Amino acid sequence: MANDAAAAVAEGTLDLGVAAEDRIAVATQWQLIWWRFRKHKLAVGGTVVLIAFYVVALFADFFAYVDPTESEAQRSLMAPQGIHWFDDGAFRPYVHPLKGTRDPKTFKRVYVPDTNAKVPVTFFGHGEPYLFLGFIPADRHLIAVEGAKASESLFLLGTDTHGRDLWSRLMYATRTSMTIGLVSVALSLVLGVILGGVSGYFGGTVDTVIQRIIEILRSIPTIPLWMGLAAALPSDWSVVQMYFAITIIISLIGWTELARVVRGRFISLKQEDFVMAAELVGCSKARIIFRHMVPSFVSHIIAATTLAIPAIIISETSLSFLGLGLRPPAISWGVLLQDAQNIQALVISPWLLYPAVAVIIAVLAFNFMGDGIRDAADPYL
Amino acid sequence: MAAYIVRRLLLAVMTVWAISVLSFLIIHLPPGDYVTSYIASMSASGSAVSADEAQALREQLGLDKPIHVQYAKWMGLILQGNFGMAMEWGRPVADVIGDRLTLTMVISVAAIVFTWGLALPIGIYSAVKPYSIADYAFTLIGFIGLAIPGFLLALVVMYIGFAYFGANVGGLFSPDFAEAPWSPAKIWDLTKHLPIPAIVLGVAGTAQLIRIMRSNLLDELRKPYVMTARARGLSEYRTIMRYPVRVALNPFISTIGYLLPYVVSGSIIVSLVLSLPTVGPLLLKALIAQDMFLAGTIILLLGVMTVIGTFLSDLLLMWVDPRIRLGRE
Repeated sequence: MANDAAAAVAEGTLDLGVAAEDRIAVATQWQLIWWRFRKHKLAVGGTVVLIAFYVVALFADFFAYVDPTESEAQRSLMAPQGIHWFDDGAFRPYVHPLKGTRDPKTFKRVYVPDTNAKVPVTFFGHGEPYLFLGFIPADRHLIAVEGAKASESLFLLGTDTHGRDLWSRLMYATRTSMTIGLVSVALSLVLGVILGGVSGYFGGTVDTVIQRIIEILRSIPTIPLWMGLAAALPSDWSVVQMYFAITIIISLIGWTELARVVRGRFISLKQEDFVMAAELVGCSKARIIFRHMVPSFVSHIIAATTLAIPAIIISETSLSFLGLGLRPPAISWGVLLQDAQNIQALVISPWLLYPAVAVIIAVLAFNFMGDGIRDAADPYL
Repeated sequence: MAAYIVRRLLLAVMTVWAISVLSFLIIHLPPGDYVTSYIASMSASGSAVSADEAQALREQLGLDKPIHVQYAKWMGLILQGNFGMAMEWGRPVADVIGDRLTLTMVISVAAIVFTWGLALPIGIYSAVKPYSIADYAFTLIGFIGLAIPGFLLALVVMYIGFAYFGANVGGLFSPDFAEAPWSPAKIWDLTKHLPIPAIVLGVAGTAQLIRIMRSNLLDELRKPYVMTARARGLSEYRTIMRYPVRVALNPFISTIGYLLPYVVSGSIIVSLVLSLPTVGPLLLKALIAQDMFLAGTIILLLGVMTVIGTFLSDLLLMWVDPRIRLGRE
């Protein structure tokens, strides 16, 4: 603890006043971590972004304004539509309704805004009914239109080849992709902590066997391994079954890294005096592990876990992009990006690549936050 | 030292065996076998396969035997250097993947060369001049490089090539050379097409290695021996390059083994987007068709390459780091 305080002072985290020094002396480990974390601007920024992403994930149906599966061939591949924010100098957002026609020469569908008509756009307005949090009937949406159906007049990010609204799909995809990361990482964490802990604490043959398993799993290129496993999933499985199957497949590899971290910590802590003291006093093995050893590396595990989530998100996106992960009607970032596979289509309708922006921002935010936690958790850095 | 090498070698052989079992099991996981998916694809195109024909096909391919017999047969063939027939292609597996495997290796090595060539100097620079503007810039670029999955980067590169230059930047050969036999002109053509896939594949690894190199070297530079070297008047270049960089290089070398599967595995999905003639697209098709000889061989070979890579990096590490050579870590 004294070391932590000294480090915080040396870093200039806190004023050198007597009161501050007292504060450091009595602060808990978690308070010290929080103070250091707060200093890391990028990490705090990343955390805020992630909170926003998970709010979207939780209330996807509120942020979406239409049913993400509703397709309409008459509205395929519409370009993103701009909202006009001011009407006659006053803040009255509106959009022009779009009319679809076919170009007589190229037979391509073109959409012309009808500049005479205006559809007012409102925030927190009424729209399609849905179940808020899954059980409260509601019909308020973040964005809604007045006097028209949102599905016929509002296309913030354009539509895909089937005429489905990309904005609404992106909201639901965020829910799937962001939670798949959490569920997989939870699974990897359980496996990694148990196997890594056993490996590091007991050592000997158990350690050798577990280390070999990890080495073998890591020396198989991950994508072929995932592809093989994912190809084994029956194609008639429901969306929910696929979702859990994919999380399990991804965490099968993910646990190895966490197990390595946990094992390393156990091995270095085993030699510490306080562990020997606990042994001499006659503590049970379980008490030594959970009361004395685990608290001193929980923060490291949290950091390693946070840094594992972006890798999982990328894995899911890649698998679904290949058509081996989640499949339609499931909606995830990878599934949305499948539409962008065709380069010619992408050149004509570049907005199909927008989901990629969400992937990149989420992964960046996780990396920043994980980095911040790791730096904050390690008093010797 | 000899004992160390022998132990590593034995481990490598064990790992290869485990990988062979694992890849065999993976191929057998899907319900049904090649014949069921063959029947499905035939009936999709309108022709039917009778039960007798299916049975005959199974017997011919040995799919009617229990799984351990199939594995023993497969292993036996491989030990004789015969990888079996690629069912869908009706040609020996070795023929189908030969060229593609070479190209996969060429691309992977190019990506690794790119990764190292960029990550080393940048990492050293960032550690020697930490918290400088360039250091921050590299860190930021590194983070972004880490956050963009390879296939997305490939998509963006393809998009930019198409939309702004009107050129297809995918592929490894110009149309003239795609089917041509190997010649100096073809190799030159390949060299010209190599940078884009190599960069796309190498970016994430580069970002990671820069960060590792920077933090390792920073730790080393703080140590007293560096100060001693400076105090004795060694030139700054020698002070940094002679020992600290050598020590900081360790993780680079120990990750060569893992860099290979990482790059190869990335190359599969990137190859699909950039339409590169590597084993990636082949593996995807083989897995979907449940062509077990082809898919199994590809996964096995990729695993073996990794094990060899790890073994080589162990040897290299021993050569560079006297502590390991002398048996104390």
